[in-house]
Amino acid sequence: MNLLSFLEYDFMRNALLAVCIITPLFGLMGTMVVENKMAFFSDALGHSALTGIGIGVILGIGNVNLIMIVFAILFALLLNKIKQSRFVGTDTVISVFSSLSIALGLAILSQGGNFSRYSSVLVGDVLSITAQEIVNLAVIFGAILIFWLFCFNMLHAISINRSLAASYGVPVKWMENLFAAALAVIVMLSIRWVGILLINALLILPAAAARNISANMREYHFFSVLFSLFSGILGLVVSFYCNMATGPAIVIVAAVIFFCTFFYSKSHGS
Amino acid sequence: MKCGLHCIKIHDMTVTMGGETIIEHVNLHIHCGSICAVIGKNGAGKSTLIRAILGEVPYTGKVEFKDLKDQTFHNLKIGYVPQHLNIDKNTPSSVYDLIASFHSGAPVFLYKNKKLYREIRDNLKLFQAEELIDRQVCNLSGGQLQRVLLTMAAIKKPNLLLLDEPVSGIDRPGMQMFFDTIKYLSENNDLAVVLISHDLDYVARYADQVMLLDKTVLASGTPGEVFESESFQKEFGVREVQEV
Repeated sequence: MNLLSFLEYDFMRNALLAVCIITPLFGLMGTMVVENKMAFFSDALGHSALTGIGIGVILGIGNVNLIMIVFAILFALLLNKIKQSRFVGTDTVISVFSSLSIALGLAILSQGGNFSRYSSVLVGDVLSITAQEIVNLAVIFGAILIFWLFCFNMLHAISINRSLAASYGVPVKWMENLFAAALAVIVMLSIRWVGILLINALLILPAAAARNISANMREYHFFSVLFSLFSGILGLVVSFYCNMATGPAIVIVAAVIFFCTFFYSKSHGS
Repeated sequence: MKCGLHCIKIHDMTVTMGGETIIEHVNLHIHCGSICAVIGKNGAGKSTLIRAILGEVPYTGKVEFKDLKDQTFHNLKIGYVPQHLNIDKNTPSSVYDLIASFHSGAPVFLYKNKKLYREIRDNLKLFQAEELIDRQVCNLSGGQLQRVLLTMAAIKKPNLLLLDEPVSGIDRPGMQMFFDTIKYLSENNDLAVVLISHDLDYVARYADQVMLLDKTVLASGTPGEVFESESFQKEFGVREVQEV
């Protein structure tokens, strides 16, 4: 059997291209999600997609993507506001909003017993991606890369100490909101291909694995992007030959890498 | 060199957060080349005072930086050494990454800027910390981390250095070295220092002036004056002052 035979199919070539755009992006942004302990935050953000779709359905808007992105950005900014206020237990409040957004989305979308129409968004289906959608992803990939080049140092400074960053003139709240909004955009644009249930894993696992074996920011980013890309491609190929959904296959590969690096770092005492 | 011709004045500073007054009517006057220690029990508003001077929390009142020679006002450049960094075990951030992220736009995730690297190493050298440049910040001892943070603050060449309980978790020789460094910095870089500290022995030996804070200024003056004040003795008991 030729290992590259999957490339004979158009949908697999498209899926491969999409994976090669989405996974490095997730590897890149995952580094700061992990550094800022935002795993729960990004999980809630993923869940807000259901409400976004629900609102789109109620308003009868054809382009669900747009309404999902707008809703997710507002949701992310609201969560950030709560986080910044420091008056309440952030985890608890994020959990409340996360549950509410799932419940609202499910309530709206299950009206009339029609939820099965939307169930694909839970698991995702990268094989159905079209060329236009890949172009959209490539544009956002470029935008995030530029954002990262110019703003990463500031995001890193904020993650180390907000007051210290502020004393260097870093616009702390603006940068935090910008990061949350960028995260909302890439999560929403990728969620139909990766799935609500697994999108957070793809954001967290490669960065968490890279963190186990990295001593500085360059290694951290290199390994995170590498692991993410590797999991993406291998997951896609495995899912094709084993006839299973792609999202879960990618996440399983990423999880295996995480455990390998975890035990490697334990045994090497780093 | 210590010129004493610049001064930083805080006029009637009041901070209210969530309807609660944290500090009120705080006045402070500090000259370049001198160290002012802020003391007080937990929750007295010491850290809030620092955050207000940094401009991180809104306040009423004024912070001024004045040149006494020609009576002109200048922009105040503030260096800050925080109490904690959000660095856990395994955080993949080296000392270079830490300092470069604050001082430069050269993206630390992409490459190591050679010129910046040399500059940071030269500055670390002044604090006997140049060998730490490639070490992971999470693996530094308390004393090493303080030297790195002081280097960071000094690179900025500030007029005012704010230190928020910077010596927690440091042994006695480390403390001695830390306070000697602060003294050297303030005297040689024409720098005013505001330091929050719980260690009253070191405060007595190194501070030029002391402010006892509990929501407002209860006592201020030289260490001797403050330690002999009624408010101080009510808070900390009677203490002898051994100045250097």
